[in-house]
Parts: sequence; C-alpha cells; structure tokens
Amino acid sequence: MAKATREAYGEALKKLAASNPDIVVLDADLSGSTKTSEFKKVSPERFFNVGIAEQNLIGTAAGLALAGKIPFASSFAMFAAGRAFEIIRNTVAYPALNVKIAATHAGLSVGEDGGSHQAIEDISLMRSIPNMTVISPADSREAEQAVLKAAEYVGPVYIRLGRMAVDDVYDDSYVFELGKGVLLREGKDVTIIATGLMVQEALKAHDMLKEDGIDARLINIHTIKPIDTEIIIKAARETGAIVTAEEHSNIGGLGSAVLEVLSDQCPVPVKRVGIRDTFGESGKPKDLLKKYGLTAEDIAAQAKEVLKLK
Amino acid sequence: MKQDDLKVIAKRLRKNILTMIYHAKSGHPGGSLSAVEIMTYLYFKEMNIDSPTDDGRDRFVLSKGHGAPVLYAVLMEKGFIGKDLIPSLRQIDSKLQGHPDMKKLPGSGVEASTGSLGQGLSIANGMALAFKLDKKPNRVFALLGDGEINEGMIWEAAMLAGHYKLDNLTAILDHNGLQIDGKNEDVMTIMPIDKKFEAFGWHVIHADGHDFDSLEKAFKERKTIKDKPVIIIADTTKGKGCSFMENKAEWHGKAPNEEEFCRAMEEMGDIEIKRKEAD
Repeated sequence: MAKATREAYGEALKKLAASNPDIVVLDADLSGSTKTSEFKKVSPERFFNVGIAEQNLIGTAAGLALAGKIPFASSFAMFAAGRAFEIIRNTVAYPALNVKIAATHAGLSVGEDGGSHQAIEDISLMRSIPNMTVISPADSREAEQAVLKAAEYVGPVYIRLGRMAVDDVYDDSYVFELGKGVLLREGKDVTIIATGLMVQEALKAHDMLKEDGIDARLINIHTIKPIDTEIIIKAARETGAIVTAEEHSNIGGLGSAVLEVLSDQCPVPVKRVGIRDTFGESGKPKDLLKKYGLTAEDIAAQAKEVLKLK
Repeated sequence: MKQDDLKVIAKRLRKNILTMIYHAKSGHPGGSLSAVEIMTYLYFKEMNIDSPTDDGRDRFVLSKGHGAPVLYAVLMEKGFIGKDLIPSLRQIDSKLQGHPDMKKLPGSGVEASTGSLGQGLSIANGMALAFKLDKKPNRVFALLGDGEINEGMIWEAAMLAGHYKLDNLTAILDHNGLQIDGKNEDVMTIMPIDKKFEAFGWHVIHADGHDFDSLEKAFKERKTIKDKPVIIIADTTKGKGCSFMENKAEWHGKAPNEEEFCRAMEEMGDIEIKRKEAD
C-alpha cells in the first residue's frame, strides 16, 4: 500500500505518546501537514505550537531536552534544516542535545508549491554537522520504525520525511537497524545505492536491468550518517561499479557520502542520480521527478553508463 | 546574605574576570563587568542553587554568551568550577571555552552552550515549559544583552513566553547601552524596550543593575507576578569597575595589556595579588 512517510511519522508519534511520558512534540504552524497533529490529538498537553518561528522551534526544543524531555520538532525540511540551520548547529548539535528534528516535505516531490518549498540541500546541511545522525527512510514502515528508534537513541537526529505517498519497500517482518544499510537485492555486475523515495525507483530499475541481462545489487541506505561503510565497500569490491540515487542535490547528499567512503577506501567508478545543481519548480510530483531525472529509467541508464567504466 | 558580602563577592568576580581575560589575551571584558552585580545577586541571593546537579535547582542561561568570564567567575565563586582554571580561559584544551560549552564542563553549572546571540531565551523557554508541564517549582533565569535583542529570534521567543504565560521565567536585560559598533541607538534602535516586551505579554521591571538594593526590590516585585513572564531591564555600565573601560564600546571584546591590567587591579583595591596573578 502506498503511504507517505509523514503519515507514518504521525502514527509513530501516537505510539510514543502512549509509551513514553518524556516525549514532547513541537511544530511551527504546520501540524496538519507534518502530522504532528496526530500526537496533539492524544496528548495535547505535551504538544507545543510555536507559531511560524522555526528558529525558536529548535531553540525551545533544545531547552526542553536540557530539562529531560525528548522533543520531536517538526516543520517542512526547507524551514527546519534551512531556516533553523545555525540553531541546530550551535544549540542542538554542539552540545549534542537529545533533540529529534523530523522534517517533512523534503525534496522535489513537494510538488505544486514549487522551488521555494523543495528542500534539496537538507541532507548536505545536516550531515555536515558533527554529532548529528541523519535518517532518510524509504517507505512508511521504515519511517515508523526509524522514528521509534530515534526516540530511544540519545542525541540529535534529523529524520527526512516526504509529502508524497511511496510504495511499500518492506513488509511487516522488516526490522530497522540504525546505521545499517539494507541489502535489498543480491547482484554482481553493479550496485545501486538509494535512499528515501528513490528506493522504490531503484527496485524498478533493478528489474529493468535484469531484463537486459544485468545483475544489479541494490542497497537501501536509510541512515546517511553515520553511514554503513562496510556494506558500501563490500559492494564496491564485489561489483566494481556503483550508482547512487537520491531525491536531493548531487552536491553533499547520499552520492557525496558514498564517494567519500569509496575514495578513502575502495575507489571504483560511480554515477550519481540526483538533482544537478539546480532548483525545482511547481508541478505534479511524478512529472517533476521525471523532468529532473529521478526515475527508474534514469537509474537504469546510469547503471549501464557506469558499467562502461569498469 | 548581606549586601556587604555581596559587594565583596562582586569585587572578586571582577578581579577574576579581568585576570582570566588578561591571561587569555582576548575576550569580552565590557559585557562581563556590566553583569557582575546581576550575576552575584542571582547566584548568591535569588536562585535556588546549592549544587549544580540537583534536579530541583533553578536554571540560568547566559544568552549573551560572550559574557562567559562572568559566568565562569560566579561558578568558581559557588565552588562549581575550580579557580585553578582561571589562567586557562580560551587556551587550547581548556574547559573554559571562549563562549560557554556545557560539554567541556559537565555538571559544573553551565546549563547551555551559548555564544551565537539570540538563542538563549528560546532555550530558557523550553526549560520553563518542561518545568510547567511537570508541575515542578524550578525557575528559569536568562541574561540577555541589549545588543543581542536585535536578533529576530529573541522576539520569536518573547512571543512564545507571553503566549504560554511562562511565569516561571525571568529574563534580565544587561542594558549597558553599547554594542560592538557603538551605542545601541546608533547601530539599531531598540527603544522603547519596555513597551515592546509589554506588548508581547511580559511584565517589565526597571532596576539599577549595579545596585543590590535596586536588584532586591526588582526581584521582590518579580515574585508577585503570576501568569506572565517577567523581564528586569537592568541599567548597567559597560566595563563597570574599571575606569578606563567604562562606557567604552571598544572594550567590548579586547583584553587589557599588562599595564592596563595592573591599573585595573589597583583600582579594585588589591595590589597584592596583581603581580602574582599576572605571571
């Protein structure tokens, strides 16, 4: 069933409301869209709307954490990671406070709201901050478990969530493990490493490549920081070529993170499927993903290109 | 504690502040010295803080983080930080970072890492919300600079404190009238400060930030206010206690040289310690 990761966030918060009295939730006047309204419904006294004030959203969350609470602070990724960047950097991450930033509406798939609202730099911004953990779930099951796991983990976490419904990658047997990449398909010719909603596209790309006789390995990297270096290096050694796929700028995101790992430890040819140093625009999410080269076809095409470099 | 005792403490804080900054050869004497009486009053008269780790303690957030030396000095005076750290301010590997880093001083009374201006009031808000949620009696105090309130985030936080009626929160404004580039009114008009905070739902009290009687009166009035956050606008003198620094913007972020340091210590009436500590 297709479901947005933000929906899963709301459901996870409801569970946390019941299971952990220290959880508090903050929002900046977007609770209906970020789904923190689900928490408010069941635990209104532990929900704080700060108004349209993202700097104060993060600063207040820091204070709550200092007084022993486990705050989840939410807004759109553009405003949470962008507007409040320096507050996250200095007031949350510098002292390693136990604040969870769950940012929804990341990437081009925001759609019609256009380029001003499409955060395509947030992974880059967040993963460059020391002490920060960065998670980008692929489907609703992974998102729900990631949120529950983030609540248990002590320290700052950025969780990147989407507006658009995404296909299921996992079934109910899935167990999310923080910091561990997930091998979704075994393969020996080339490895596709994807994150977020690009994992569903990568699954389709895998099947397309198979029809052409290419045996592609597929890995989902849900924790972009700390990244699972082991699974990436193993894939590089065994398949000799990598394609990365993300709904994010090619500068500083998953592709960059993979390149950093490989250039240090196992350089192999890499092609990156991501947004090529440009802003987004208004349009239907699916049309935007197509226009900006973020489809299964793009991943398959890049896989064939990188094979030529082996 | 009697006023005379507070005055003695304030004097020691000033000496320790200047000694720290003299050794560091950099730092912010002006805005540290202007806050000495406020900090002395808070830590030795107003706040419930006998231990820096007791859950029941009141919390203090130095929003104007460049005033780190006055925070370190008062925490030393409380016995939460060793005075042996005085010469280490701003040195490599030091616990006394140029701006307060709580991770370097765990359990020592530095309640938040600050320094980037405008963020401390939000932190204080979060603490105050948590205490109210848990129906705990802890109070929260935040010291703001008057230049600092140029930051938009302060007004986001001021709005929130008014909205949530954070009556366990007290902000103190160290109103010395100067910021790095000069007088407040020449850099950015902040007046009328009282009307601004009142409009945001705060109760405003004026005080002389160097007079313990005036501070006592202000904090007494503060206790009568329910259902509102309170700001005490404390008029102060930048560089207070050191004649050549007083009311001079250039002493915002500059260390005294040896001659200036000795002169300052002499003015504060203890020639004995100056040479020893200057080594």
